[in-house]
Amino acid sequence: MKEFVPAGADLELRGIRKEFPGFTAIEDLDLHIPAGEFFALLGPSGCGKTTTLRIIAGLEEPTRGQVLIGGQDVTYTKPHERPVNTVFQSYALFPHMTILENVAFGLRQRKIADPLGKARDALNLVELGYAAERRPQQLSGGQQQRVALARALVNRPSLLLLDEPLGALDLKLRRQMQIELKAIQMEVGLTFLHVTHDQEEAMDMADTVAVMNKGRIEQMGAPEALYERPKTAFVAKFLGQSNIFVGEIAEQSANSLSINVAGNKISVPTARAEKTSGKIAIGVRPEKAEFHREQPAASAERNILGPGTIKDIRFTGVSNQYLIEIPNIGDIIVFAQNVGISPVIELGEKVWVSFKIEHAFGLADLPAGDED
Amino acid sequence: MKQLKLGKLVLPLYSLIALVYLLIPIVYTIVFSFNNSEGRTNTTWQGFTLDKWLHVCDRPGICEAVGNSLFIGIISTLVSTVLGTAIAIALVRYRFKARSLVSLSLFLPMATPEVVMGAGLASLFFNAGVGYGYTTIILAHVMFCLSFVVVTVKARVQTLDPVLEEAGRDLYASPTAVFWKITFPLLLPGIVSAALLAFALSFDDFIITYFNAGPVNTFPLLIYIAAAKGVPAEANVIASAVFLLAILTVIGTQIGSSIRHKRLMAIK
Amino acid sequence: MAFAGFSGTAKVQGAPAKSSRIVLALLLPGMLYLAMFFMIPLVSLLITSLETPAASGAYGAYDYALDFSSYQRVVTSYFPQIMRSFGYAFLATVFALVIAYPLAYFIGVRLRSRPLIQKLTLTLVTAPFFISFLLRTIAWKQILSDDSPTLNFLRSIHLLAPDQYFLGTPFAVVWGLTYNFIPFMVLPLYGVLERLDLRLIEAAGDLYASPVSVFRRITLPLTMPGIISGTLLTFIPITGDYVNASRDFLGSSSTSMIGNMVEADFLQNSDYPAASALSAVLMAVILLIVVFYVKRTGTEDLL
Repeated sequence: MKEFVPAGADLELRGIRKEFPGFTAIEDLDLHIPAGEFFALLGPSGCGKTTTLRIIAGLEEPTRGQVLIGGQDVTYTKPHERPVNTVFQSYALFPHMTILENVAFGLRQRKIADPLGKARDALNLVELGYAAERRPQQLSGGQQQRVALARALVNRPSLLLLDEPLGALDLKLRRQMQIELKAIQMEVGLTFLHVTHDQEEAMDMADTVAVMNKGRIEQMGAPEALYERPKTAFVAKFLGQSNIFVGEIAEQSANSLSINVAGNKISVPTARAEKTSGKIAIGVRPEKAEFHREQPAASAERNILGPGTIKDIRFTGVSNQYLIEIPNIGDIIVFAQNVGISPVIELGEKVWVSFKIEHAFGLADLPAGDED
Repeated sequence: MKQLKLGKLVLPLYSLIALVYLLIPIVYTIVFSFNNSEGRTNTTWQGFTLDKWLHVCDRPGICEAVGNSLFIGIISTLVSTVLGTAIAIALVRYRFKARSLVSLSLFLPMATPEVVMGAGLASLFFNAGVGYGYTTIILAHVMFCLSFVVVTVKARVQTLDPVLEEAGRDLYASPTAVFWKITFPLLLPGIVSAALLAFALSFDDFIITYFNAGPVNTFPLLIYIAAAKGVPAEANVIASAVFLLAILTVIGTQIGSSIRHKRLMAIK
Repeated sequence: MAFAGFSGTAKVQGAPAKSSRIVLALLLPGMLYLAMFFMIPLVSLLITSLETPAASGAYGAYDYALDFSSYQRVVTSYFPQIMRSFGYAFLATVFALVIAYPLAYFIGVRLRSRPLIQKLTLTLVTAPFFISFLLRTIAWKQILSDDSPTLNFLRSIHLLAPDQYFLGTPFAVVWGLTYNFIPFMVLPLYGVLERLDLRLIEAAGDLYASPVSVFRRITLPLTMPGIISGTLLTFIPITGDYVNASRDFLGSSSTSMIGNMVEADFLQNSDYPAASALSAVLMAVILLIVVFYVKRTGTEDLL
């Protein structure tokens, strides 16, 4: 049986399309994950991320396109011949085998020497060596998840696929597993592809995040890049929260673009604008915005909106989330870190909102409902 | 409050009576296997004896008939279980156009009265020039056991999460390895249930066998023919033995798996 | 149909074209077997029912023909048996349902908290299956024979007239039929009752429904599939039964059913066309019932 590459391999998807009777799950997917990277595929339910995973694992065949692992075209290779392993969302541990046999399964199938010894090592890596002789039904969710991980890792696959593996765990356990997973990945140097709908998880663990929607990748990059400069309305709203303003371009200079929204001028640096003509959407993150009790002086560096009223205040301990209603514009969300003693303002008070122009981002499309 | 308590008792009490009612003929049959009856009449109690149990084969024809029933039962079980398991897997795991037709075709034998099937098969064999005997009986038995095997195994296949087989393929098992190492072991309890059901149906079958047996005598045939003149106590012995064996096995398995399950869940 | 892979938990899946070979390999042996040994015999019956007495005049010999006279004969001369069969079947099914439902309810709902007892009780209910069908009928025959302690006791407490007897009456036949088919009724009922979501009953009670109302409007409709299934599995085999009605068991010549006539004609009188015609008539009625049922509920739940 051939030995697989000891370290991770890179993954490339070219023009992948997947049609099911009645609908298309994946429209047109291009992806390249360098070897040894922790990559997150993020998106809402039904966006096609699980289908993508299954195509990479070989459990589905694409309608069109190619899958390359380590440079080799494996599009039509059977799953049991690919150097890929999956950690399933439901763990999929074999109930009729002990934990040890579960972990040793892949090794036995590949006729690797000393399967039980290696399985034990893998179990020790996830700190479950003592449970080797138990059955999956006897373990808790978190323990089962670790066994599933060990069962995949022991095979030293070129590519490890994780299908929302932490979904069923409670918060504390999830945080712990996130740290462990990242540590293992860095230690062993494998390529991880982590599929999830939890954006915090994706941003926390991954080197690169791809946001997927309706069968396409909308944006891909380092977590910070995606967060600070989303390029589409979907990314802006799915990854974190955003305030989005829509209008025709009123002014344009070499450095910035401006739109006029109910008498307020909102500018964005040209370098951070995806679309530079016609009707555009400009957004800003709530934590970048502030509110003021007095109308602030006009400034070349800040966008100022208002006046409006405080419509809702939500106290979340670390911060306060304010919902400010500005007539003819709508609701604006502002996050303020809880540096004083709450509450700092009352409902109904009159405020102005401002944020730095350099924090604004211009989107390539318009939010749904605002299109022409 | 008192009314509630009384109301709660009604159902268990009723169920107890119903169960007793169901078990009366069984108890009667077992009791009369110990009857010190003369010859072939076993209708009045004539004293307790272990004689019939100890010398059951002394009664001519009985042990031969039982032997035939066992032989036929085993072969019918093997064939119907293999064929039926295959169909059950296909029905649950695969999409195909003839699905409705297959379901209907499997349901019809369960809904067809035995006289119709018996007469039909008998006429088929007659027209085909096949002599009645072991072969015709086995062919008939496999036929009516098939649907029941499919139903039983199908229920088990439906509890099998396909993701387990996917995990197997993901872990380098070829399709054949996936079947033998994952699918089959997990299906085994269902397959065994189906096999036992098929055997029971075959062993106890009378009507269809009657039409297609020719010179071969099976245990139910022997009883039916004897019913006119008198069923000997030895028949009760055989039936009781089979019953006790079956019921003790089933109860034993249930208690055993319950204990094992409790033990498994105790360690966490 | 759930589509594979989309939510990660498909129930039915499979890449189309390649596995059709596997499907064929799995289905073909069994289905061919059924075609040969179920379908063809039915066709054979039809053919036989249309045969005419042989030109040679030999006893038991028939020639192929399109002679419908057998049908005419069986429908007229066996009319009482036909009516009786459906009548007894109807009665026995109703009794079996009435007896089995509470029992199934007890086991499937009340015993849920004790799975082991539940399984054991269910085994006890199916215990009659483990002992010969013929012997259990004979047991009733002897327990309820004219001179048995049971009947004498009933006479002594005036529940029976001194010259009243049990065997050979329609009552005895229906009794036997009901008894023998109760397990067939209990099992499907248990199947649905065991899965009945009790929270629905709680919710109904929370919404001011009386126990009777809860049963009528929640439990009954939800368990209807089991009732229908059990009814079919009971009614249909009973119509063709002849052991209970036979003279050697619980019946007499005045309680004969379709099955007795088929047996007599086929095995004793060698009147194959008559036997086949009667079987065909029975089968036709049953097919009507099945078709009606399938049209209403589809084929998915059949098995």
